[in-house]
Formats: sequence, C-alpha cells, structure tokens
Amino acid sequence: MPARLQVDLSRPVLIAVTALLVVMIVLPMGWLVVYSLSDKQGAPTLGNFVTLFTDPSFVDPLITTLIIAVSVSTICCLVAAPLGWLVARTDMPIRRIVRTLVMASLVTPPFVGAIAWEMLAAPNSGLLNQLWRNLAGMPSDEALLDIYSLPGLIFVIACYTFPYVFILVANALDRMPGELEDASSMLGAKTWQTARLITVPLALPTILAGALVAFLQALNLFGSPAILAIPAGFHTLTTRIWSLFQFPPKPELAAAASLPLLLLTVLLLRGQALALGRRGYAVLGGKYGEPRLVRLGAWRWPAAAAALLVLAMPLFLPYAALFNSAFSRVASRLVTPDTITLHNLRFTFLELSSTMPALKNTFLLATLAATLGALLALLIAYIVARRAIRGHRVLAFLATAPLAIPGIVLGVGLFLAYTRPPLMLYGTLWILLIAFITIELPAAYQQLSSAFHAVHPELEEAGRMLGATRLRTLADITAPLLRSAVIATWCFVFVAVIRELSAAVILFTSETKVLSVLIFDLKESGDVGAIAVLSLAMVGITTVVIAIANRFGGGREAGRLHARAEG
Amino acid sequence: MRRRTFLAATALAPLGARVVSAAPPAESITPALIEAAKKEGKVTYYTAMDLSVAEPMARAFETRYPGIKVAVERTGAERLFNRLAQEMASNIKRCDVVNTSDAAHVITWKRQDWLQPYVTVEIAETVAPDQRDADGTFVNQRTHLSAMAYNSSLVKPEDAPKGFNDLLDPKYLGKLVKGHPGYSGTIMTATHQIARELGWGYFEKLAKQKVLQVQSATEPPKKLEAGERAIAVDGSDYLFWMSKERGAPIELVFPIEGTPQISNPMAVFKAAPNPNAARLLFAWIMSADGQEFIVNLSGQYPANKKVKAKGGRPPLASIKTLREDPAAVEKLAEEIKTKYARTFKV
Repeated sequence: MPARLQVDLSRPVLIAVTALLVVMIVLPMGWLVVYSLSDKQGAPTLGNFVTLFTDPSFVDPLITTLIIAVSVSTICCLVAAPLGWLVARTDMPIRRIVRTLVMASLVTPPFVGAIAWEMLAAPNSGLLNQLWRNLAGMPSDEALLDIYSLPGLIFVIACYTFPYVFILVANALDRMPGELEDASSMLGAKTWQTARLITVPLALPTILAGALVAFLQALNLFGSPAILAIPAGFHTLTTRIWSLFQFPPKPELAAAASLPLLLLTVLLLRGQALALGRRGYAVLGGKYGEPRLVRLGAWRWPAAAAALLVLAMPLFLPYAALFNSAFSRVASRLVTPDTITLHNLRFTFLELSSTMPALKNTFLLATLAATLGALLALLIAYIVARRAIRGHRVLAFLATAPLAIPGIVLGVGLFLAYTRPPLMLYGTLWILLIAFITIELPAAYQQLSSAFHAVHPELEEAGRMLGATRLRTLADITAPLLRSAVIATWCFVFVAVIRELSAAVILFTSETKVLSVLIFDLKESGDVGAIAVLSLAMVGITTVVIAIANRFGGGREAGRLHARAEG
Repeated sequence: MRRRTFLAATALAPLGARVVSAAPPAESITPALIEAAKKEGKVTYYTAMDLSVAEPMARAFETRYPGIKVAVERTGAERLFNRLAQEMASNIKRCDVVNTSDAAHVITWKRQDWLQPYVTVEIAETVAPDQRDADGTFVNQRTHLSAMAYNSSLVKPEDAPKGFNDLLDPKYLGKLVKGHPGYSGTIMTATHQIARELGWGYFEKLAKQKVLQVQSATEPPKKLEAGERAIAVDGSDYLFWMSKERGAPIELVFPIEGTPQISNPMAVFKAAPNPNAARLLFAWIMSADGQEFIVNLSGQYPANKKVKAKGGRPPLASIKTLREDPAAVEKLAEEIKTKYARTFKV
C-alpha cells in the first residue's frame, strides 16, 4: 500500500482516548456533584450536606472513620518502619522470605481477611479465644480478644494495610546510600546514634508518605468494615454510603456523603506528593556502595521471631482459620480426622448455583480489564512520555485522577451516570468493566510510564523516519521492548480486579455477580464454610497469576504494588 | 390456636366489595408446558430461603425435569426487594419466580403490576383461600416462625429466657445475637409484630443489652451453633431445628408473648424471561412433590394442606403465634428501618 495513503491516527486517537476517559471519570464524578446538590425531586438544594453534617447517623460514621484512619496509619508506621529496616538494612536471618511473605499477604482481599479474623477472634467462638480459655482455664463468656469492636476493626485494617507502608519503607532504605551511615560510625557514633541521626531522618519522608497511604487506605476501605462494623454496632463512612443503597435508595445522600471522602483523598494525595517529593535529598551526588548491613548479633533470631509474629497476623493465622473452616462443618471447631468434611466443597462447587456464573464473570472481567487497561495505559503512557500529541498533559492528569476516587465513590458515580439514557450500562458487565479499568488505570499508567523512561526515543524516531506511523512504531518497536512491564501490569490489574469489592458491590446485578460480591452475599447469611472455600479458591488463583508474572520477568514491577484503596 | 396469615384477604381488604376474582382459570402441569419449559432450559428463582434448603430444592427440580437449570438468587428479602426495584427500574429482566419472607412485598409488586396471575389446579384444591391471592398473583409457599433459641452448652435450661421481656434481664448482657430488619424479611415481619405487641420501647431496652447484630434471619442459627452467642433473639426456626437435628446443642424457645409468624409468598414475574419454566417451577414447588421436599428437608410448615408437617416438630396450631399483618408492614417498613437503625446504631 502506498505510504501516502497511511493516515496518522494521532488526532483521532487523542480524541477517542479523551472521550473514553471522560466517560469513565468526568461523567460519573459530574453526576455525583449534581446529585449531592439535588433533592429527591431534582431541585437544587444544600439539604443533603446539612443532613450529612448534623444527622448523627452521618456524623458518627464520619468521626469513626477518622479515628480508624488515624489509628491504622499510626500502627502501620510503628510496625512497618522497624520491619522494613530489619529487612533492608540488617543481617536478620530469613529476611528475604519475610519480604516476600509481607508482599504475599497483600494478595488477601481485605474483606476475606476480616472474615478470617472473625473466625479467629470473635469473642466466644473465635479459635484464639477458645485456645486462651483452655490455657488460662477461663469460663465460657470471658474473651481475650473482641474483633467486633472498633479496636478489632482497626487491627484487621492495619493487618492488610501495613504491607503498603512496608514496601515503601523497605524500597527507600534499599536505595539509601550506605556511605552516610558509614561516615557516621567512622566518626565514632554508636549504632543507635547513627540510626537516630542519619537513618531515621533520611527515611522520615518515606514514612510520612507511608502514613498517608495507610490513612487513605483505611479511609476508603469498604471490605473490612462491611464485615465487622455491623456486628460491632457502628458504621464507617463507606458502609454508611453502601447502606444508603438499601431500600428505599437515597442516591442524593450517598452522593453527598461521597464528596468528603473524595475531597479528603485529593488533599492527602497532594500531601503525599509533597512528602515524597522531598525524598530527593537522600540521594545527592556520586555513586554509592551497597548499604552496609547492620549486625544484629545476639538479636538476630529474636528479630526474625518478631518478624514472623508480625506475619502471623495477616498471613499464617487467617489462612489457618480459612483452611480449618473450609473443611469443618462449624467454623468454630478445629478440624480433626474424625470431623473433617468435604461438605463445604461439595456445597460450593456442586450445589451453589451462583458459583460458576460468578467465576465466569470474574474471569471474563479480570481478563478484559487487564487487557484493555494495560493497552489504554500503554497508549497514554506513550503519548505522555513522547509528548506525541498536544494536550498530552490532560491525558496524564485524567489517567492519574482516579487515584483520588475511592472505589465506593466511583461505584456511586457510575451508578448515577449509567442508570439513565443515553448509556444504560447498569446491569451489564460493561459498567463493571469501566469501573475496574478506571480504578486500576492510575497504577497501570504509572508502571508503564516509568517503564517508558527505560526505552530510548531514538529507536522510535528511527521507525518514524522510515515512514511508519506513530501507532505502527508503538506496535512494532516500543511494545516489544516493554514486554515484561506490560505483562506485569496485565497481571497486576488482573489480580486487583479479582479482589475488588467496593465498586462492584454498588454496581452488580444478579446477572453480573462477581466472586467478591458472592462472598459478600454469603456473609449476609453467615455461610462461612462456603466463604472459606471461595476465598481460598480466589487467593489460589491470584497466587498462580502472580507466579506467572514473576516467570515473565515482571516480578519486580508486580511487586511494586500500588497504594490505593481497594476491597 | 392456629392463626394462619390472612394474606390475601389483608392485601385485598380495601377492595372488599369486589366479588368477582380476576384469577385466571387453574391450570395443570401439561406435557406442553414441560416441553416449552425445556426449550427455555433455565429458570431464575429469587428467594430469601436459606441456601441449605433452596439449593437442594433447585437440584431436586432439575432431577425431576432434566434439561432445566435453576439459578438460585438468594439474599435477605429486604435486599432482594431493593435489588428487584433497581433491576426493574433499569429494565433488567432476569427474575422468573420470586419468593419473599416479607409478605408486604407482594402487595407492592402486585400494585405495580409486576406479578403474573397464575393458579394451578393443585393450588386451587390444596391451598386455603386465605393463603393465596384471590386474583391469583401470589400464593404462600410455606410458613415459618421467627423463634428464640439458646445454645444449651452455654445456658442451662433453667437459666434460659421464656419470652421477649426476659431478654432484658442484665444476666443476658452481651449474650444475645439478632438479625436485622433492614436486610431480612423474616426479621422485618417479626419486628413489626413485636413492636405492635410490646411497643418500640422494648427494642430501646433490648439495644442496651449489647446485642451482636447480624443481617439475615438465617445467620443467628449459625452464630448460635458456632457458640458465638448463647441466645438468639430471633432467626428462622427451621434452621434452629435443622442444626439441632444435626446434633448441635440448640434448644428452641417459643416466647410466652407469642412467636412471630412469617408466611413466604411466591409469585411468577410478569417480565419473566423464561415464562414457561417459571410456571413449571412455581407449579412444582406448590405440588405435593415440591412441598414434601421442603418439609422433609427443613420442616417448614407447608401451604399445601395435603402435605403433612414434619414429625418431631410441634404442630403450628400448638404454638402461640403473633398475628401477621402485611398491609401494615408495607406502610411501616421504612419507618421501622429508620427507627431500628437509630435504636441499634447500625
């Protein structure tokens, strides 16, 4: 085909991508604002906000949520910072294993973690409480732990949030030059003085950023509160928003209640950017040697034991409880060879008619979202990195904007935008697909845009000079070079979609039920055996996908899990 | 005394003057219906019944009529009601047969003209007129109770409560588990009856007992069996019985004030995507075959008079029950939910 007939698709692509992002982000958020300022009849009003800030049924959850977010943030830093230091800067044994396991604990969806901790620490039937009563000889209504409480919920959220802070801290300490610490000790400072005067100040911006990440996670999380808050007798802001979709639905109030979450998230992300921006001064000048590992001496094994104890909270104990429950008729009893049963497996896979449709929907959505999301992120990352089109900044902004939209808020926005003409998407898998791609786009975009920095533009320019269009260059030259990053991103989105609950719970209908929603529905009727089976299946699948990602050499990228609200 | 719900009559009370019924002529399960249903190949059954009964029942239907797959969509009746409203508003047609534990729902649906009048010969012959709509849009599938129960390994029989007012005793502080009327139709119906008999002040006092709040009426039995709480304030009686019969240390209590009674109306949806399979499933569940299956498995009280109640269970007539009043529940549902959320903080 003669070269002059080839049309450069840049402009149509820009328009198409922008239009898509508008459909995904601007429209839902726009309707959110409109609804929050309307009454039931659609007339403009500020009444929703008055209700929001005066009615105790909203003010209490707001306060509860802030208490949770502050506490989780503090606990995460207190646990993750020392653990990150142990793993990155000391000669603690099994530190590699610890690092891998902390990251592995992120595979657990927060709502599954909460259900597992319910099996462990429900005041009477919890396995840990039973153990404690047996050991201490306490009567049947004494409890050591009560998961149905505000501290219980804070603990569970912290279990599945601290890994984010840990990854930030450990990665930052990896990159921190060892020379400064060496100089300090050569000048005669004791180990703890070096730590106090050098290591801690250098790591502080990262810890601060980690604190903000944890705060945001806890603020926007739906899964764990949805499992524990109702039995504990309170609401958080996200569960309250969800409850507004019970009959009769009050979308105006839900929209109004979503806006504070949105605003707070935007503000905190600005704060995080500032905190992370300051980290630059840690890496001034020259080349650095490998950081010297601090010798723990006699503390080596106690430190390792402490690390394993921390890991027991998100990993060993919950999974033990899930396995126990999967093969037990009653979750509160330990499985013995006499009582082991396949009843739950049989029920889940042979009787429960929602299992197979939910598995099918979940896989279809995860595959589509991962494929389309990775492609879209690749396209945007390319346009922005190569400044291919005027207006590329708008695209970069739109692609990262969803980071500031909590899953449940996006769910509400999409619900409002697409239960009306012209796009009646509610009730189809499309609306879930849009939600999942939107939620994961920022992380996918960030991963791929950093990967683009590694590919030299000259290769592309050569392609362009030889007459190929931009798209062709992208397909033939750039994409193959980015293969491992693209695969890692694909796996990453796939995994994230499988565990997503907060947007799905607003947007699903009976025809479009996904695995996470099915588990959530089963929780309503208390079918913990089936929940355990489905959760283990879900985590098993996710683990396999991550293993594949690692095989394709995307392991490092896949490990760099993004920090945004999920579940 | 036996106080079965006056479902249809209550629903039609304002139209009392009407003599002529709009019900279509009763039909039977014909080979033509079975053939048409098989052509559709599937049917979706929205229900609030516990999965441990609903799914085996669906499988039994599939065995009886091979080639028709039943998808069970189970959630608490109040959530089901909401889900259906949202789906209908968005023109999503999936529900074929609906079965709720909040009898007020069928009144709303009938008024909205969502229900397909359909009567089988068997229903006309075996179901008491007060158990079905005179216009043939719905029929009570089965009746159950919202019973109280305790875990006998945690509470001695002599310490067990005898009725609702006993539960306010300080010795039960932190020992109670309870379902939620915002999710469960059984609990909504029961809450209305208890509030009517004892006043809302009763719940305000009960809320001070540090009640473990769960959602569906199917969960208190499970929490009780797990030993998480010693006493269930409410919950589906058939599940208490089923776990007791499985060997769990569970004893039922029928409150001296009266036990809330819950009927479970069922209807074919007008917008059913599988209209023939819908009729067939509906007809089979109301047949002696279907009713016996429910009774044998769960011991709920059948609507079909020819089917005997399960042995070993107390006859419904022997239990002092509270009167069910769906029309009132329909009017008060939103108020009850709001008040309940305020009282129990969730």
